[in-house]
Amino acid sequence: MLDAFVPFLVSVIAASTPLLLAATGELVVERVGVLNLGVEGMMLAGAIAGFAVSHDTGITALGVGASIIAGTILALLFAVPSLTLQANQTATGLALTIFGRGFSALVGAGYVGIPAPTLPKLEIPVLSDLPLLGPVVFHHDILVYAALAILALVAWCIRSTHLGLIMRAVGDSHDAAHALGYAVVPIRYAAVLFGGALAGLGGAYMSLAYTPLWAQDLTAGRGWVAVALVTFSAWRPIWLLIGAWFFGALMYLSLYVQALGVPVPTAFLSAVPYIGTIVVLVLISRDARRIRLHRPAMLGRPFQARA
Amino acid sequence: MPKIEPRGYESKFWGYASPILALLLTGATSGLIFAIMGKPPGRTVYTFLITPLIQQGGLEALVVKAAPLIMMGVGLSLAYRANVWNIGTDGQFTLGAICGGGIGLAFPDANPWLLFPAMLIIGTIGGMVSGGLVAWMRIRFNANEILTSLMLTYVTQYLLLYLVTGPWRDPQGFGFPQTAQFSDAASGPRLVPDTNIHVGILLAPLIAIALWVMLEKSLLGFQFRVLGQATRAARFAGFSENRLVWIAMLVSGGLAGMAGLLEATGTLGQLTTQVSPGYGFTAIIVAFLGRLNPLGTIPAGLLLALTYLGGDAAQISLGLPNAVTGIFQGILLFYLLGCDFLLLHRIRWRAAPVKVA
Repeated sequence: MLDAFVPFLVSVIAASTPLLLAATGELVVERVGVLNLGVEGMMLAGAIAGFAVSHDTGITALGVGASIIAGTILALLFAVPSLTLQANQTATGLALTIFGRGFSALVGAGYVGIPAPTLPKLEIPVLSDLPLLGPVVFHHDILVYAALAILALVAWCIRSTHLGLIMRAVGDSHDAAHALGYAVVPIRYAAVLFGGALAGLGGAYMSLAYTPLWAQDLTAGRGWVAVALVTFSAWRPIWLLIGAWFFGALMYLSLYVQALGVPVPTAFLSAVPYIGTIVVLVLISRDARRIRLHRPAMLGRPFQARA
Repeated sequence: MPKIEPRGYESKFWGYASPILALLLTGATSGLIFAIMGKPPGRTVYTFLITPLIQQGGLEALVVKAAPLIMMGVGLSLAYRANVWNIGTDGQFTLGAICGGGIGLAFPDANPWLLFPAMLIIGTIGGMVSGGLVAWMRIRFNANEILTSLMLTYVTQYLLLYLVTGPWRDPQGFGFPQTAQFSDAASGPRLVPDTNIHVGILLAPLIAIALWVMLEKSLLGFQFRVLGQATRAARFAGFSENRLVWIAMLVSGGLAGMAGLLEATGTLGQLTTQVSPGYGFTAIIVAFLGRLNPLGTIPAGLLLALTYLGGDAAQISLGLPNAVTGIFQGILLFYLLGCDFLLLHRIRWRAAPVKVA
């Protein structure tokens, strides 16, 4: 019984990692009051950048670095119109997703269906060989641990540090933060770029560890699921982790049931994670008061300093 | 040292000039990207924007591509004016093609005067059901329409995949994932015989004009504009936000469904694994390029249709992947949104003369 559970847990952790990375970035972005809907585009750019560089150099570490750079550059394309030029954030985020899809398809045209080096799994002496605990906890690639570490760091930073306090002030009342002398726009820039770096990393996990291949639209809506996860978590890091595991489980189960050969058309099973996202969103959003209570008050509103 | 200052009002001039500036900047940026990729920028831009028009049948292809984009763009301009962010028109388009197309496949020999209008209506209703579901989830459960409408797009895509690989697969289709061809009765009338110029090419501009009149001249249109620009004022005036959300989603969903049915019957001739080549996202750009004005979507739709044809032309004659179209469209939307900064701000190149009191 337990033995059957091990591959399940291992797969869920793998499936949840790209969601967790991208959603952690988006959480930081939204906590300072910015809504970036370009996560899907940034993930795709990170995925192809990571894959292409790993393939061309043979060094996955360089690929991971490239995915961070690609995500950050794309985030900058969002930041300039939406933060400096105060354009509508929803529309600018959509532009970023459209651009990222085109960009990744263009760069990736020559990389479809070819192998690249994948991220190695950690082999810790003794620990990795433990029964049950070994494969579930101590036998993943480095990005799985990085995702958890970054989430913990973000949670601690938002909750217990001076920086976190400033971030929350900027996200909940940018005019007050500005009056106190905090540089609202630069802080938002930093958060958006951080979000881009993590989305790029999430994309690299898809193309270097999870799939691991390049195909057009590789992320298949995971960037959007990550945005939904932030709402699901009510902007709290710990719930982000629970949500990412839940959706990871949903994605794994839809694949697993297909492999079992259950007499349900595969198309229906493939649709389950998306239907699940809708259902969860509906259930979570039903309590409008709870959302209002946790939602950063300035979410999506451009800031302009008044003299 | 140039200085940026708020105008304090909305510039009429830049209302027209900013989309044009955005287009010029997009052209320049794309040229730069082509140059970096080692393609001659001048020739590439020519291939992209001019070749499709002077080719044999180029104009026909242009209007056939533009019609669905205009229909969807018109619906989206209405929705976005009211801050209803429907980004799932791809799904509504596909559901329209499935629902209306299903009628056509079930009754291939019915009277064409009954069959095609029925398909058109059922297709429109299909899009409205999908859009209405999103409206209901937003109003009843406060669920964000951006995410629900996008997720429904994926669900609809899988529904189409199930139908064309399962129950609707053409038994004579050699196992390909596609339905039988639509019968003549189900394909709808042609405005010009022996072309793909279907009734949608006539309907799209008529719908754009009708919605423009509604938006500019009716009380309902006024409510839409107020809700988008001043939500609080709209509430004080007693305008029902929920009613406008319903209308925005039903109209934008219905128009997408109608466009999907027309695309399936008029252009594709059958249902395959994909009905929309990403029209849903392109329609968003059409709506913004048209300044969220239904009449503006007509030139905007034609221009974006040209980018699709240009992408195909560039693929054939320059060996560029047609994903270039997506990059071009993304850059255009960035510039469009960025240039609107000039509507409310001006750049002073010299210090304003100081008035001595």
